[in-house]
Amino acid sequence: MENRSIVSIADYGKEKIQYLLDMAAEFEAHPNRQLLKGKVVATLFFEPSTRTRLSFETAANRLGARVIGFTDPKVTSSSKGETLKDTIKMVSNYADVIVMRHKLEGAALYASEVTNIPIINAGDGSNLHPSQTMLDLYSIYKTQGTLENLNIYMVGDLKYGRTVHSLLMSMRKYNPTFHFIAPKELEMPEEYKLYCKQNNIKYIEQQDFTEDTIADADILYMTRVQRERFTDLMEYERVKDAYILRADMLSKAKENMKILHPLPRVNEIEYDVDDSKHAYYFEQAQNGLYAREALICDVLGITLEDVKKDTTIIK
Amino acid sequence: MEQNKENMMVAALENGSVIDHIPTDKLFTVAQLLQLSECKEEVVIANNLRSNVMNKKGLIKISGKFFSESEISKLAVLCPNIRLTVIRDYEVAEKREITLPEELTNIVKCANPVCITNNEPMKTVFYRKDLQTLKCRYCGKEQNLKDIKLK
Repeated sequence: MENRSIVSIADYGKEKIQYLLDMAAEFEAHPNRQLLKGKVVATLFFEPSTRTRLSFETAANRLGARVIGFTDPKVTSSSKGETLKDTIKMVSNYADVIVMRHKLEGAALYASEVTNIPIINAGDGSNLHPSQTMLDLYSIYKTQGTLENLNIYMVGDLKYGRTVHSLLMSMRKYNPTFHFIAPKELEMPEEYKLYCKQNNIKYIEQQDFTEDTIADADILYMTRVQRERFTDLMEYERVKDAYILRADMLSKAKENMKILHPLPRVNEIEYDVDDSKHAYYFEQAQNGLYAREALICDVLGITLEDVKKDTTIIK
Repeated sequence: MEQNKENMMVAALENGSVIDHIPTDKLFTVAQLLQLSECKEEVVIANNLRSNVMNKKGLIKISGKFFSESEISKLAVLCPNIRLTVIRDYEVAEKREITLPEELTNIVKCANPVCITNNEPMKTVFYRKDLQTLKCRYCGKEQNLKDIKLK
């Protein structure tokens, strides 16, 4: 059997992405089902991530699967020196699918090579986080009605922000125009700008973050500017307040503009923005549930057709 | 005259290998890689020989030695574009330019400390991106050939 693991979605074409978006939409319409009754989903969090784990476990539970796993590697044999390979092989005897988070880059790919059951990468270090990308794409698609020809503004930490890098790559076939708004120390790395050039993706770099500079945005993707990322703390003090979104900056925003944020936020979006019609970050997190229901089904060989014909829906 | 002497050295080999066109600054690194100090057979190491192709070059001749593909890959990473000649019964049995392979399995160490390959007993895999750059299969990080460490 082919290995249906999802380690990265960077290479997915438009057709596959649309397929998963359509599946996520089915789950949004009816999130509670018994499609995975009798299945066991293992969530192995070698690195803690409460948000992602709860989202995956909710997705599995709402589809009728049972969940096993651990939330903290300290309680597992990895702390006794067991290799990743051995842990994965052991859990493969019990579960039908493994959702894993690991601090080391490439861990999910390696895991997918040592087992026959599918692996879903729930984040491997600063490398990849495909379920986050999928929920970002679903949120954009749902709010804009399309992924094509959008003005996407990315704000804050564009240097270390894994989510913005993944989103950038997965949007390459949809003719986006990116605006990178970041302080000098946290600007978009050269390799991603090169990626844009090689793939004919338009981008504009700027440091100003004002009402006027974001007036043309369809999507405003905010990220956190973290103090520990700065080598020069004077620079941090200078820029820390420059990338905070306030409600009064939205007066010129386009009607359809939505604000996304991978969460958790600290202070980069002021609380008065929450009441704006443009705020979408909590719904975005909810979309993660539907996107993850789609990913779990996809790796288990359940097709969009199966989901559409599903008779196990719980109303 | 120099050229003749060199030819004589090569011709004198009954069975073994000659690595030619080694950049002069890499000669001793290659000698170390091949663990020549341990070698009990006849070994000739020459450096700063005149070369039409590269001005000056290094050369190593080892009696009774035939390289495995893995050793050849390591040589290719260390100094691309060297020439390997295999001698059998005083005749040139094979002559090949060694170039960087498209895929390298367990030859190179990843420079990224948080790459899974540096934390798990497993083989590394690298892909050739261009003649100067390798890319780790696992963490995706690209590495310049001149900074590469062998496994």
